[in-house]
Amino acid sequence: MSEEETNSQVEAVVPGPRPGPDFGADALRVEGISKRFGPVTALREINLHVRPGEVLGLLGDNGAGKSTLIKIITGFHRPDSGRILIGGEEVSLRSVAHARSLGVETVYQDLALVDELPVYLNFFLNKELTVGPFLRHGEMKRRASVALDEVGINIPSVGAEVRALSGGQRQAIAVARAVNTAAKVLLLDEPLAAMGAREGGQILRLIDRLRQRGDLAIILIAHNYSQVMDVCDRVNLLQHGEITFDRPTAETSVAELLELVHAEYRTA
Amino acid sequence: MAQQTPQLTRREPETTAARRGIGRALLRRRELSILLVTIAAFAYFSAGSHGADFNTTNNYHIIMQYFGPWAMIAAGEALLLICGEIDLSAGFTYTFVPFVLMSFYNQGLDVPLSLVLAILVSMGIGLVNGLIRTVFNLSSFITTLGMGFFLEGMTYIQSNAEPVNPPITGTLGNVLGGWRWSELVWALLIVALMQVALSYTKYGVYAQAAGGNPLSAAESGIKVNRVKIATFVLTSLFAGLAGIVDQVRVGSFDPTSGGSPMMFMAVSAAVIGGTALLGGSGTVVGALFGAVLLAIIQNGFTLTGVNAYAFDVVIGVAVVAAMLLNVYISSLRRKYLR
Repeated sequence: MSEEETNSQVEAVVPGPRPGPDFGADALRVEGISKRFGPVTALREINLHVRPGEVLGLLGDNGAGKSTLIKIITGFHRPDSGRILIGGEEVSLRSVAHARSLGVETVYQDLALVDELPVYLNFFLNKELTVGPFLRHGEMKRRASVALDEVGINIPSVGAEVRALSGGQRQAIAVARAVNTAAKVLLLDEPLAAMGAREGGQILRLIDRLRQRGDLAIILIAHNYSQVMDVCDRVNLLQHGEITFDRPTAETSVAELLELVHAEYRTA
Repeated sequence: MAQQTPQLTRREPETTAARRGIGRALLRRRELSILLVTIAAFAYFSAGSHGADFNTTNNYHIIMQYFGPWAMIAAGEALLLICGEIDLSAGFTYTFVPFVLMSFYNQGLDVPLSLVLAILVSMGIGLVNGLIRTVFNLSSFITTLGMGFFLEGMTYIQSNAEPVNPPITGTLGNVLGGWRWSELVWALLIVALMQVALSYTKYGVYAQAAGGNPLSAAESGIKVNRVKIATFVLTSLFAGLAGIVDQVRVGSFDPTSGGSPMMFMAVSAAVIGGTALLGGSGTVVGALFGAVLLAIIQNGFTLTGVNAYAFDVVIGVAVVAAMLLNVYISSLRRKYLR
């Protein structure tokens, strides 16, 4: 992790592209991305990268630009300047579907689950397996069950309606579904929001298991600093549209992160 | 992983009723409860004082005449309700489409061509409903209410408010309602088709997703509007077909037939059959059972000499009771079927 140490804290002071030594190894690399909405500068010269098998925590207050950054990475917005590289190749993301086809999957806060449908149909939503015009219910149940077992999710039955499940189980289904579509980059938007400590713990363990697979780059957007420290390899702090902090979690602490954010309020 | 999901351990002790096979089956297959009620109503009237009149082929045919068009339209309405929509104009489509056929026929086209064009017009009505609903984001309640009035007026203009004899005869006439039981075949065919579409095709999943959580459906890339428009088209198609078949059977295209009573019976049948008014879930077979139940009650009341007005009272109670039962069964399902 030596490359992170060398350019740890002074990110915002040295804007512009920052070719690291492991250029080709990054699953996702964002270089010098800026975005304005009319007079408002939402993002300024953002550099961000994440490798396969790495969990990057993206922290930042409301209005710091987190959602704009996510929407650019997922192909919803187009940046005004800068470039995006997926698997080392520069891409111009045309749409959410385009980003998805390149392996960028997002689990939004609302999870995109349909309560009335059973777990396995949610798992295969809009990607149903069919023979001719007919659904392969048995095969979908079997595969969903295997996939959910693989990520270690306890669900009583893949035939159960999703509405009968807890918040943690629902989150886990949404994550497993995103992973199942062979995502290279997985964005988790506040997966721990509105979740109890125990359920949050289950999700963190799930993220940890995904990290251990080694092929998936995960960006975890979060508010809760201590949970981020538990599961992330590295932390980026987004403040006023700029990344002001980039360091491995091993070399920082909740106290330091809080201090940075408090400093922001003191100057504001 | 060793951790256990907490909500499983919190699970409440199951009552013996829900544990038993019948209890579970009733919860799992929501058609089953309405089927039992329908069988009970049938048994009541066959065993009652007028059982001899009730249990005749002729009387079964009368019952079929009631539920045939209700079931055909209800098959579409059930899917629309599952999508989170409703078509209040279906009963007027039923009335209007035979006169569309007549107007093509009167212009010199032959019967088969007039029939095909009339069917296309009925699908067009659904297309307009669906487009106004989705493009202008107007509620289907308002959209189809307006369409209903529009079609009612158009029917009177087309027909001069006078009934006419259907020109459809011969084999085609027999297929389209002329043969004694052809209406039953049409109803069963449409119900079976739509139930298979609901349970075994992507369309069915998308319809449930569109009604259950439109936002999630859209985020998953499902074309929610397209699914809804297709369902409006199907409902109008079935309503137009029901209008032709039912009125060929009667032997008269009647501008005063159908209308809102027809639509309300179809929607009631769907709701009594276990389809949620707010979308997301439902069954087409249940809608058929609902239609049969309503027909048996209406016929049974007539035979036993119960005041005809009482029928509406019973329907009113049945619809509300069915909705309450739906809510109750849904909560039971959530509790016991995990």
